[in-house]
Amino acid sequence: MSSYLEANARERIQRLLDPRSFEEFLPPSERIVSPHLAQLDAPVAFDDGVVIGQGLLNGQRVFAAAQEGGFMGGAVGEVHGAKLVGLLQRAVVERVDAVILLLETGGVRLHEANAGLIAVSEVMRAVLQTRAADIPVIVLIGGSNGCFGGMGIVARCANFIVMSEEGRLAMSGPEVIETASGVEEFDSRDRALVWRTTGGKHRYLLGDCQAIVTDDIDAFRQAATEAVHACRQGSAALTLAALEAEQAMLAARLQDFGTQDEPMEIWRRLGIDNPDIVPMLEATEFTALVERSVDRQGAK
Amino acid sequence: MEWKQLADNLFSAGHTINETDHFLSGTAEVDGHTIAVIGTTNHAPIGIEIALAQAQAVLKVVREHPQRGILLLVDTQGQRLRHRDEMLGINSYMAHLGKCIELARRSGHKVVALVYDQALSGGFITSGMMADACYALPESTIRVMGLPAMARITKVPLERLTELAKDNPVFAPGPDNYRRMGGIEAIWEDDLATQLADALRDPNTVDQRAALGLARGGRKLSQKVVEAVRSGTHVRPA
Repeated sequence: MSSYLEANARERIQRLLDPRSFEEFLPPSERIVSPHLAQLDAPVAFDDGVVIGQGLLNGQRVFAAAQEGGFMGGAVGEVHGAKLVGLLQRAVVERVDAVILLLETGGVRLHEANAGLIAVSEVMRAVLQTRAADIPVIVLIGGSNGCFGGMGIVARCANFIVMSEEGRLAMSGPEVIETASGVEEFDSRDRALVWRTTGGKHRYLLGDCQAIVTDDIDAFRQAATEAVHACRQGSAALTLAALEAEQAMLAARLQDFGTQDEPMEIWRRLGIDNPDIVPMLEATEFTALVERSVDRQGAK
Repeated sequence: MEWKQLADNLFSAGHTINETDHFLSGTAEVDGHTIAVIGTTNHAPIGIEIALAQAQAVLKVVREHPQRGILLLVDTQGQRLRHRDEMLGINSYMAHLGKCIELARRSGHKVVALVYDQALSGGFITSGMMADACYALPESTIRVMGLPAMARITKVPLERLTELAKDNPVFAPGPDNYRRMGGIEAIWEDDLATQLADALRDPNTVDQRAALGLARGGRKLSQKVVEAVRSGTHVRPA
C-alpha cells in the first residue's frame, strides 16, 4: 500500500506510471513561473503547481498531469492552465492512447483572478477538443484538497472519473457556501456532512464518478488502466445521443431527489437499506453492496 | 441593460424570446436567418434547474434545427451557493451545459455569446466562454469573485485588492481587461445588430484566446507556454 492522499504530485505520477517511464515536459529547471504572483508578494513555484509529461501506463502510451495541492491548493493560474492546455493539444498531435489528469485543486487561482478564469475555460475547451480527436481523458481524484470550482466542472467533461473514498468532487467549497449563505445552509466544520455531500462514495452512488478505489496509488493505477481500456472500446467524442442520455439522467436526478437535503436519504432511496454503514465500508465492500442493491444512474 | 431593450436593439426584424424564472429562450431574425436565443437575466444564480433548462434548449436546436446559429445572452451572478445544489452535483449539471454547447459548435452551429450585464465565474465558463466567440457591452462587468471574498481566501488585504482592481487587468472587473487578455473577442458599442450579424458570419471556430491575449498584451505567457509544451521546445523570451 502506498497512500495516494499523502503523496505529492511527482510521487503520484511516478508511481502511477510504469517504472522509469515518465518524462516531464517543461520541467522545473525551465523556471517558467507565474507572472502575476510577485505583485501580491506571493511565492512562486518553478512548475507553477502542475507536473506534466508522458509515460507508459501498463504499456499504454499516455500523457499525464498531476496538480500539486501543496502549492496554492493546486489552483489554476495562467502558466498552470497553459501547461495543461499544451499537454492536451500535444496529445492530439501525437495520438497517445489517453490523457490522465490527476486533479487536486480549488479551481481558479484567485491571485490571478481574471487570467485564472480564462485559463480554466481554456482547459475545459482543450479537454473537449482532445475528446473530439477520439483520445479519452481520464480524471483521478484522491488528494486532500479535493477537486473544486471550475476544475470540478472540467472533471465532469472527461470520459471517466476514478475517485478514492477520501476524494471530494464538487463546485463551491463548503467554506464558500457557509460564508455566502450562512452556517445553517452548510456547516463547513461538520466533516461528516462535507464528506457525505462531496465524497467519493456519494459521487459514485449518484453516477458522477465511474470507479471508486481505496487510497492506494496501485489501486488508482489499476483503475486507470481499466478505464483507458473501457474508453477505447468506443468513441471518446461527445455525441448527441450520449448528451441526451445525460440530460435525461440529470433531469431524473432532479425529479427524484430535488427536495432532499440529506445525502443518506438519497442513498436509501437508491436502494441502500442501511445507509448508516456506508461510511464504514472499504471500497471493495462498498462497490459489492452497490452492485447488489442499486441500479446506478449514468454509470458505465 | 434590460434584456427586452437589448433584444429590441439586436433584432429589428423581431423575436419570440420568453422569460421564465430568469431563463431566456426563443428565436430571432438576423440577416434573413432565424437564430436561437438562449440565456439568463436578472443576474440569475445558476442552479441546477436553470443549467438543465439551458442545456435542454441547446440540445433541441441541435436535434431539430441543423446549422441554426445560437446567441447566448449572459447575465449571471455565478453558480448558486447552496448545499442542496452541491449535493446533487451542480458541477455535473454545469459541465453538461458546457458539453451541449460544445456539441452544438462541433455540429456546425455558429455559437456567439454576449455579456450584456454581469458575468461571474462558473455561470460564465459553462455558457459565454464556451461560444465560438464571446462579446460584451461596455457597461458590463466580468469577474471571478467579489473582492471581499477574494481578500478572505487569498489573505491579501482588501485595500490592496481594491487598489489593484482600479487599473490592474488581472483584478479589475471591466470587459476591456478581458478583451486584452483574449477572453472577450470585442466590445460592442453603437450598432449592436450589425455587429451581431458580423459575428454570426465569422467562420472561426478555434479557441484563439491565448493567442489574442498575447497579441493584445494582456496575457503574455499563456500562448508561449502552450506552444512550448505542444512542440517540446522552450518558452520563448518576451
